[in-house]
Amino acid sequence: MAVDVLKRIPVREQEPQVRAKNFEEVCLGYNQEEAMDEATRCLQCKNAKCIQGCPVSIDIPSFIGKVKEGDIAEAYQIISKYSALPAVCGRVCPQESQCESKCIRGIKGEPVSIGKLERFVADWARENGIKPNAPEATNGIKVAVIGSGPAGLTCAGDLAKAGYEVTIFEALHEAGGVLSYGIPEFRLPKQTVVASEIENVKSLGVKIETNVVIGKSTTIDELLQEEGFSAVFVGSGAGLPKFMNIPGENANGVFSANEYLTRNNLMKAFDESYATPIKGGNKVAVVGGGNVAMDAARTALRLGAEVHIIYRRGESELPARVEEVHHAKEEGIIFDLLTNPKEIIVNEDGWVSGIKVVDMELGEPDASGRRSPVEKAGSEHIIDVDTVIMSLGTSPNPLISSTTDGLEVNKWQCIMADEANGATSKEGVFAGGDAVTGAATVILAMGAGKAAAKGIEEFLKK
Amino acid sequence: MFKIVKKQYLANNIYLMDVLAPRVAKSCFPGQFVIVKMDEKGERIPLTICDYDRQAGTVTIVFQSVGASTKIMAEYEEGESFRDFVGPLGCRSELIDEEPEELKAKKILFVAGGVGTAPVYPQVKWMKENGYDVDVIIGARNKDLIILVEEMKQWAENVYVCTDDGSLGFKGNVNDQIKDLVNNQGKSYDLVVAIGPLIMMKFVSILTKELGIKTIVSMNPVMVDGTGMCGACRLTVGGKVKFACVDGPEFDGHLVDFDESMKRQQMYKTEEGREVLKLQEGDTHHHGGCGCGGN
Ligand SMILES: Cc1cc2nc3c(=O)[nH]c(=O)nc-3n(C[C@H](O)[C@H](O)[C@H](O)COP(=O)(O)OP(=O)(O)OC[C@H]3O[C@@H](n4cnc5c(N)ncnc54)[C@H](O)[C@@H]3O)c2cc1C
Ligand SMILES: Cc1cc2nc3c(=O)[nH]c(=O)nc-3n(C[C@H](O)[C@H](O)[C@H](O)COP(=O)(O)OP(=O)(O)OC[C@H]3O[C@@H](n4cnc5c(N)ncnc54)[C@H](O)[C@@H]3O)c2cc1C
Ligand code: SF4
Ligand code: SF4
Ligand code: FES
Repeated sequence: MAVDVLKRIPVREQEPQVRAKNFEEVCLGYNQEEAMDEATRCLQCKNAKCIQGCPVSIDIPSFIGKVKEGDIAEAYQIISKYSALPAVCGRVCPQESQCESKCIRGIKGEPVSIGKLERFVADWARENGIKPNAPEATNGIKVAVIGSGPAGLTCAGDLAKAGYEVTIFEALHEAGGVLSYGIPEFRLPKQTVVASEIENVKSLGVKIETNVVIGKSTTIDELLQEEGFSAVFVGSGAGLPKFMNIPGENANGVFSANEYLTRNNLMKAFDESYATPIKGGNKVAVVGGGNVAMDAARTALRLGAEVHIIYRRGESELPARVEEVHHAKEEGIIFDLLTNPKEIIVNEDGWVSGIKVVDMELGEPDASGRRSPVEKAGSEHIIDVDTVIMSLGTSPNPLISSTTDGLEVNKWQCIMADEANGATSKEGVFAGGDAVTGAATVILAMGAGKAAAKGIEEFLKK
Repeated sequence: MFKIVKKQYLANNIYLMDVLAPRVAKSCFPGQFVIVKMDEKGERIPLTICDYDRQAGTVTIVFQSVGASTKIMAEYEEGESFRDFVGPLGCRSELIDEEPEELKAKKILFVAGGVGTAPVYPQVKWMKENGYDVDVIIGARNKDLIILVEEMKQWAENVYVCTDDGSLGFKGNVNDQIKDLVNNQGKSYDLVVAIGPLIMMKFVSILTKELGIKTIVSMNPVMVDGTGMCGACRLTVGGKVKFACVDGPEFDGHLVDFDESMKRQQMYKTEEGREVLKLQEGDTHHHGGCGCGGN
């Protein structure tokens, strides 16, 4: 097939009308032929700008070069040097603002589909049974990792490869962090992708102990002093949901996006054979405009509801990934932009019956350069809904910082850690990921896990 | 996996189990709870820690089979295991952190309603073991619903049993019993700890407010994770939103918005569950109801 160098090889997706009714993955990914064709579009730049756009600096031209030759196994080995979770990142990285935003091809035409190629390579490796190599022997030094999200898994994997005996402690009954409880099945399949990436980390010798809440079941000080761990990495994420504090917010039928998504993803409420219930709703308002809001909206749609996204700024300000907004629109999500909730209307049984909103218009740009919305006088009206999902962002859980002497946090409860090596104010304790930065991205959390693994090695060699 | 090392039937579909969970047993205190997930497909069920043996590494739970999940739980036998058992969650009872002299000076009354007797038990036991004498009221609709009286007597100074129909002990609900103690038997208390159905805790709190006695209640809203991550367990205390799983489950009964909590607790009730709730709390969600242990 002749490849138009300015255009991407299109990726196959489920039809919008079909996928709006199921929880199967939306994007079907490239096959080998498509991947090899797309790989020919890469110019193999000497001074590859795309690498600068990737937070973990994957050697993108080298792995794409191998895809072009059809040597997928070698492409996988190259990616593996930099990333522990390529099948995840290939799917959920905001590529358009990272690696792909810097690609030379993007100047005249469409950038190379780096993310889709990465995903293809990782899926191919999994389907062909390729696993990372476990170390021959361990050095007997024990390191504890708190939280099994991308930060914890990456840090644990790197330390295990270097010979350390690593145990991950996870509060929930399943490993994976947001990858398991937050991001929905139709974007990130749990069994095929997430579970097998976790298996890879385990095959390096990492132990995962679920059902352990650090700060409650045991503490960091006990891990260091009584359980024989020489260092601790905290990758506990930013799981605490925010609410708006408007009237009616405690009514039946108002959920945080975390609750709605956890019931559906981690507890599999969409599957009748699982015991956890969910009130899907008939007409749902999702408040917010980020990735989490898109995920909640598209989940509610699949559970059978008419769904409105209520966001106080305009379309170009939506913080969600472009691809997610595009998919949501295709599926029939209604966007009520420049609209802000004032109150949730509650019926006499205590259930939501509507949401009172006000129209907004964009004013002058604020300090961050974003034009801040202001209310239009007299524009209040009520949208009839029976369910409201609050998706306003999250902050770190204070459970760990409040039970660990000498671990400093900033005013947002984020743990203070050195970006270069993850070191915190407490000797032997390192941290990274959303617990340090506040809600961010998978790849940044992985980068922080990697940096901390190096930091821990240096600390333990002293 | 977490092995059930003992199972005992108490009464009226109420079961007691000792579960092997060394990490929980090592660090738990009265007032805290666990979340049990029975198997791969089960839901996460919050249950109060009713006793613990740090040496043996066991934690005691007492539950009433009310709906789909707790019915299945009742079918688990000694020797079988739960897939997940996480804890201790929530804050320990405030009493544990109080200054011994101050605690010594206080006269405390525990008020237990129905299955709520189970969570009262470890608190009373802890008090006795640390040298404090307390009184306990155990109340229910009738004698079949009264549990753990003998166990409680081992640790409490006085145990008062009351039933709505008078089939055991004092005839009347727990509020009638409190009034009898205070007004007729010359008792006075500085603190009441009330644990039981929401409706009971609500009316006890109204009474103790009149009587001017500080009151602590233990809230049991719907929960998912139990670590502060979902907000399902939110309730209003003194006009502020709190998450019961991390800020509680114990709160000042005079500040809790019980009516809101009662509505929220209905959210996921199955028909079966509603029936049992109705039995326990009476037809309270329509016209107020009386007091405690059900109508
Ligand atoms: C719905 C949703 C959609 C998202 N979509 C995207 C996307 O498309 N692309 C993208 O790049 N990013 C996305 N993100 C953000 C991304 O998932 C996070 O930035 C990333 O997962 C952070 O990783 P982490 O390892 O720091 O923390 P987490 O993934 O949050 O993992 C932390 C883990 O620590 C555990 N834990 C917490 N406290 C304790 C404790 N005391 N003891 C033991 N364990 C504890 C938690 O249970 C959890 O499993 C999304 C987030 C959400 C919620
Ligand atoms: C902190 C805490 C401590 C608890 N301690 C005990 C205890 O020691 N002994 C005991 O018997 N019960 C206790 N409960 C209540 C127990 O969790 C519920 O009885 C149980 O979840 C009901 O499940 P079901 O499927 O059998 O009932 P159903 O009525 O069929 O429940 C359906 C749904 O409603 C929710 N639900 C119903 N009732 C409650 C409730 N009271 N609390 C929370 N969620 C509920 C559940 O999420 C479930 O998904 C406690 C609850 C909390 C929050
Ligand atoms: S990890 Fe993310 S940013 Fe880096 S190359 Fe892959 S898709 Fe791009
Ligand atoms: S910038 Fe684009 S074309 Fe150049 S090496 Fe990177 S992916 Fe290839
Ligand atoms: S149960 Fe989820 S925050 Fe309390």
